[in-house]
Amino acid sequence: MAKAENLLYLDGVSVSFDGFKALNNLSFLIGRNEMRAIIGPNGAGKTTMMDVITGKTRPDEGTLRFDGKIDLTAHDEAEIAGFGIGRKFQKPTVFENQSVRDNLKLALKAPRGPFATLFHRDDAAQRARIDELLATIRLRDRETDLAGDLSHGQKQWLEIGMLLAQDPELLLIDEPAAGMTDAETAATADLLREIARTHSVVVVEHDMTFVRALGVKVTVLHEGSVLAEGSLDHVSSDQKVIDVYLGR
Amino acid sequence: MTLRFLSGGLTGGRIVMLALLVAAAILVPVLNLALPESHPLHVPTYAVTLMGKYLTYALLALALDLVWGYCGILSLGHAAFFALGGYAMGMYLMRQIGTRGVYGDPVLPDFMVFLNWQELPWYWYGFDAFPFAMLIALAAPGLLAFIFGWFAFRSRVTGVYLSIITQAMTYALLLAFFRNDMGFGGNNGLTDFKDILGFDIQSDATRAGLFAASALALAGGLVIAVAITASKLGKVLIAVRDAESRTRFLGYRVEHYKLFVWTVSAMMAGLAGALYVPQVGIINPGEFAPANSIEAVIWVAVGGRGTLVGPIIGAVLVNFAKSWFTAALPEFWLFALGGLFVFVTLFLPKGIVGLAKSAVQRLRRMREPQTPGRETKTPREMAAARPSEQAAE
Repeated sequence: MAKAENLLYLDGVSVSFDGFKALNNLSFLIGRNEMRAIIGPNGAGKTTMMDVITGKTRPDEGTLRFDGKIDLTAHDEAEIAGFGIGRKFQKPTVFENQSVRDNLKLALKAPRGPFATLFHRDDAAQRARIDELLATIRLRDRETDLAGDLSHGQKQWLEIGMLLAQDPELLLIDEPAAGMTDAETAATADLLREIARTHSVVVVEHDMTFVRALGVKVTVLHEGSVLAEGSLDHVSSDQKVIDVYLGR
Repeated sequence: MTLRFLSGGLTGGRIVMLALLVAAAILVPVLNLALPESHPLHVPTYAVTLMGKYLTYALLALALDLVWGYCGILSLGHAAFFALGGYAMGMYLMRQIGTRGVYGDPVLPDFMVFLNWQELPWYWYGFDAFPFAMLIALAAPGLLAFIFGWFAFRSRVTGVYLSIITQAMTYALLLAFFRNDMGFGGNNGLTDFKDILGFDIQSDATRAGLFAASALALAGGLVIAVAITASKLGKVLIAVRDAESRTRFLGYRVEHYKLFVWTVSAMMAGLAGALYVPQVGIINPGEFAPANSIEAVIWVAVGGRGTLVGPIIGAVLVNFAKSWFTAALPEFWLFALGGLFVFVTLFLPKGIVGLAKSAVQRLRRMREPQTPGRETKTPREMAAARPSEQAAE
């Protein structure tokens, strides 16, 4: 099967809520195994963009394609997740009343139907994969604890681990460093760079130190459309970007 | 296969409950039938029937816990499924009366003769056969739940809105079954039953048999509920309850999961209703009353939501209290029930079972004050060590 060069393709996507244009003719491309940072002031449309890609919100107009042929506007959240798009929320959202291991087990790539899960049986390969993920997100010694008992930073990591467990082609990550210490932020940047070697990653972030640590191409959003695109140094010297965002 | 299923979910309390139910199914009939009335351990028949009725309520509570406790669907209309199962059993029992009715018609139940009906409506066909009636007692609530759930869950109706439409569903059925034209006995419902499976419905032995059947049905329901909640599907249900949209973004079709557990629960409630009717001797539209469904919610809350064993205990205790109150202080029962609900909501959010669990944990901690080996700090300590964490948000 020929694979499209661009994994995600947005063209002229617009969404408005009660007359407010959250996305205004937004267009950009994400390549295969590319990591992209998306920055922009509050209300620039970062979260709405993720909602549109993952099927939570339907765009009023525009084209959204995944892997060349899949029209994302025609599918719901569960189907889009099945195509290989994983999402991490801004506020860490894990299943608080279940153990860390069960959180990963729920996320692990496996048939998603009710009867498949009713008759599901753990096998050694799945257990090994969960062990591997627990090591990656450094929660090995917490695996039997409830996810709700983790610290804020650990929950962020668990959610990233759940994203990896889904084995998606594209990861959408909303503010992974929010509420993390400097050491955790640095470790998270390392983790994301590691992930980006085999996956496409879109990171929405406010923290400029973190974006610099990622060292990737940056897209600046403003009022629902792309204001500038390029390396962090390039966009931070752009006068428009300084005016609307960095300069303030 | 069932054993494999259960291995994860059969905790101490559940094993005790299963053992108790099986023991009661054997012992209570023996103590009722084999011992003379003068014997101190003799269980009188009225008590057998009363306990049998409580056990069918407990099965309804268990069914409700499956959807409310594990999937977060607060149904205020579960009595509708219970009543539908009850009507299916009632129709079978009516057909068993035969020529012993007041009008002596071999086919038509008395109320149809009274209404001048000439022949049995088509939807009464087959109800003279017990297996068919039992099939419908499960299928009718199951089908209603499936259709209702199909539309409600697909449209993503959740929370209080869903609760309100479940309430509307049971109220609509109440009004419909009140109508004589429906062919279910209208206001009076179905009553004057004579036999079940050829046995006199009033006899001690039949009553004891119905009690045993109720206890075993409840035990079976508990086994099924444990199997469902201990499976990976059960974990998905809890995930839906706690973070529905997260579950969607993981790729689960949330509406399919809700529909599955909702339908299973409705069938369980239907079975409970089918066992209830021969023991109380009547089924009428009053069983669809919204208050009945709300009472069932209180049983679950009192016993402990999301514990399976709790709702069984809650249903039995609350109904025991109701029997006592309605005999001793009838005008105070509703105040007591309302007060109980407020008390449980405020002070016992996890019900009786939750209270017992935390008491056991406290005892354990007192017995072994220092658990060696674990170096990890609790999250609270970690948060305290990093005060800047929250400020960054």
